[in-house]
Amino acid sequence: MSADFRDGIRQGLPIGLGYLFVSFGFGIFALASGLSGFEAVAVSFLNLTSAGQVAGISIIAASGSLLEIAFSQLVINLRYLLMGIALSQKLDDDFRLKQRLIACHGITDEIFALACSQKKPVTPALMYGITFIVVAGWTTGTLLGCLAGSVLPSVITDAMGILLYAMFIAIFLPPARHEKAVLLAVILAIAVNCLFYYHVSSLSSSLAVIISSLISAGLVSLIAPVKEEES
Amino acid sequence: MRITLSIMTMALVTYAIRALSLTLVRKKITNRFIRSLLYYLPYAVLAAMSFPAILYCCEKPAAALCGTAVALVLSFLEKPLTTVAIISALAVLTVSIIL
Repeated sequence: MSADFRDGIRQGLPIGLGYLFVSFGFGIFALASGLSGFEAVAVSFLNLTSAGQVAGISIIAASGSLLEIAFSQLVINLRYLLMGIALSQKLDDDFRLKQRLIACHGITDEIFALACSQKKPVTPALMYGITFIVVAGWTTGTLLGCLAGSVLPSVITDAMGILLYAMFIAIFLPPARHEKAVLLAVILAIAVNCLFYYHVSSLSSSLAVIISSLISAGLVSLIAPVKEEES
Repeated sequence: MRITLSIMTMALVTYAIRALSLTLVRKKITNRFIRSLLYYLPYAVLAAMSFPAILYCCEKPAAALCGTAVALVLSFLEKPLTTVAIISALAVLTVSIIL
């Protein structure tokens, strides 16, 4: 085990632990939607994403078509395309096609934020280490949710619904506090998304998220472009 | 069989997006607007995914509101992700039990 792999595990541990709790809720949800425990764990292992999994399982439960499932995943997970391209800029030269095809599975909101915050270029071993501990947390949590969810009182499983969102806030608020441009992007994105949410009910919530974040990030990029040496 | 096919479809589409993202653009991006967009976009996505959805994440609106307030304060104080998530859930739980 290389030093970078161990460092990745150490850095990814808080995310893995957070995922453990969040995916606990997903396990409960998947079982309630008619999946078996094995299927629920397989979904978590193969997808490693929260919003996309919940949307996919909901469509499966409603007997939706494969096309519908594919489209939902495309729209909801499209942000990973943008994150991956951004992350590409941080990867060191050891990343060839094979390493990229392995490491790409670890692109999630939190891992992306962690990888982008590294001072040095990201090595494959570091990325594997982070991904390993995060996948372990996400699938274990799903399994525990399947095993224990049915015996937990609903007041507890209901409270777990906030875990994911609280984690999102913990990621975007600190940089927004330090950088006015990030704060502006965050406020704009929320404002536009609320506008869609309360006034354009025909737009699906995942599509609304994509459009509002593109609008706000685009505007802020025009107003306050990053300095040459950044990112 | 239908569920298995559905799960495979989810996994394939999600993996394809991720694989493309790391293999499509291998050179350093020099365009300043694109680099700015890629820098701000993740924060904007996370913010839009959180609001207003977090206000409706639990059965009782008052509980969700308290949980949101706790998440905002702890995040502002830059507490670790897991700490913020767990204490917010405990806040929701407490308010749900009291109400």
